[in-house]
Amino acid sequence: MDPQQPEPVSYLCGDCGAENTLKPGDVIQCRECGYRILYKKRTRRIVQYEAR
Amino acid sequence: SKSSKDTDDDHEPKQQEKKLPEHLEVQRTRVVCKADAPVNTEGFQYASAFSAMGIDNSVSAEKFCKNFKVEISRLTEDDMEFDMIGIDASIANAFRRILIAELPTMAIEKVLMVDNTSVIADEVLLHRLGLIPLDADPRHFEYMSENDVPNERNTIVYKLHVSCKKGSPWLTVKSGDLEWLPEGSRLPLASPAQSRDKQKTYTSFSRSQNDILEKPLGVKFKDITIARLGPGQAIELEVHAVKGMGKVHAKWSPVATAWYRMFPEVVFRKEIKGDNAEKLVKKCPVNVFDIEDLGNGEKRAVVARPRACTLCRECVMGPSREQVELRRVRDHFIFTIESTGGLPPEALFTEAVRILEEKCERVISELS
Repeated sequence: MDPQQPEPVSYLCGDCGAENTLKPGDVIQCRECGYRILYKKRTRRIVQYEAR
Repeated sequence: SKSSKDTDDDHEPKQQEKKLPEHLEVQRTRVVCKADAPVNTEGFQYASAFSAMGIDNSVSAEKFCKNFKVEISRLTEDDMEFDMIGIDASIANAFRRILIAELPTMAIEKVLMVDNTSVIADEVLLHRLGLIPLDADPRHFEYMSENDVPNERNTIVYKLHVSCKKGSPWLTVKSGDLEWLPEGSRLPLASPAQSRDKQKTYTSFSRSQNDILEKPLGVKFKDITIARLGPGQAIELEVHAVKGMGKVHAKWSPVATAWYRMFPEVVFRKEIKGDNAEKLVKKCPVNVFDIEDLGNGEKRAVVARPRACTLCRECVMGPSREQVELRRVRDHFIFTIESTGGLPPEALFTEAVRILEEKCERVISELS
C-alpha cells in the first residue's frame, strides 16, 4: 500500500446503517442522515478457527 | 462372520446334557430385579463353579459359536434395533463403546471465516458448524496428521456464502446452504508474489473429488438451523472437514445413540386371577400384561409383551409383589443404534466388530 495516499475506509452509520466512505480529515458524519456515530466494519481478513 | 468357525458338532460332550437345578440356573442366567435392588448381578464367572455337579461352566469358542445369535427387529435408513443373544456384557459393552468413540467419521474441523456480521459470535457459529453431520463415507478418506497438507484424500471443503438483503425479513441459514467444493479451497493463501500458473489456496488438491467419489458430498440433513441473519448481515466462510474419532471430540461420533438393555423377563410365581389380574394390567404403564379369558367368567393375567418392560418395578411393589418376578436375561442384549449419517447403522456395527477384531489381534501379537 502506498503511504502517501491513504485508502478511504468505509464505515456504517449507527443510525440508518448507510455505508460512508471517509478519508482522513473528513467530518465524521453520515451523508444520508447526519448522524455522528459511525462504526468500523469487520475485517475481511481470514480468521481461522477450530470447530470445537 | 464369527459363526462360520468350524466346530466339531459330532463329538458334543455328553455331560452338557446335565442340567443345573432350577434355582441355580436362574442365578446363573438371570438378574432378578427386586423392588429395591437387583440381585444375582455378578453371575458365575468361575469355570469350575459347578464341577461338583459335573457341569462345565467354562467359556469356549465352540460354545459361543453354538449359542450366539443375532436377530434384527428393526432396520431403517438411520436406525436399527437388534438382539444379541449369547454374549457377555463386557463384549456387548465393548461394541457400544467402540460405536460411540472409536469409529471414524468426517466432521468439520477448520473454519476460515471471511465475514460474519450476524449476531451469533464466531466461536458459537463454528461450534454449531462442527456438529453438523456430513453425508460422507469416512472409508474413502485418510486421517490428516499434523504435518499433512490438506489434499483431496483427507479433506472435504464446503463454503457458506449467505447474506440478507437490506429491507428483507430475517433469513434463516440452514445446513443445506453449505456448498461442497470438490476442487478444494477457493481462498487465496497469501497475496500472490507473481501471478504465475496458479494461485495458492488453503488446500492443495491435485484433482477434483468428483473424479474420486461416486456421488457428490453434502450434508445429511439440510434443515439444521445454523444462524439467523437480519437485514444487512452476512456470513461468508469456508469449512474444511477431516476424518476423526469420537474420543477426540463428540462431533466425530457416528451415532446419535448406541445403547443396549438386557432382555426383560416377567414371570408369575403364582397365578393372578380375577380383580387382581385387572389391577395388575392397569398398573403396568407399558402394557406388559394382558387378560386371558378362561371361560365361565374366570380371568387370568398373562405376560403378553415382556419386551416392552422398562423395569419400572410397579408390578413388584404393592399387592402383586409376591406373585410377580422381574428378571433380566444375562446374555441377551437388545441393542439400539441410531446413526447420524455417514454410514447406515448396520455398516456401523460391522465396522465396530472389525475394530474389536483388530484390537484382539493386536493383543495376540503382543503376547506371542
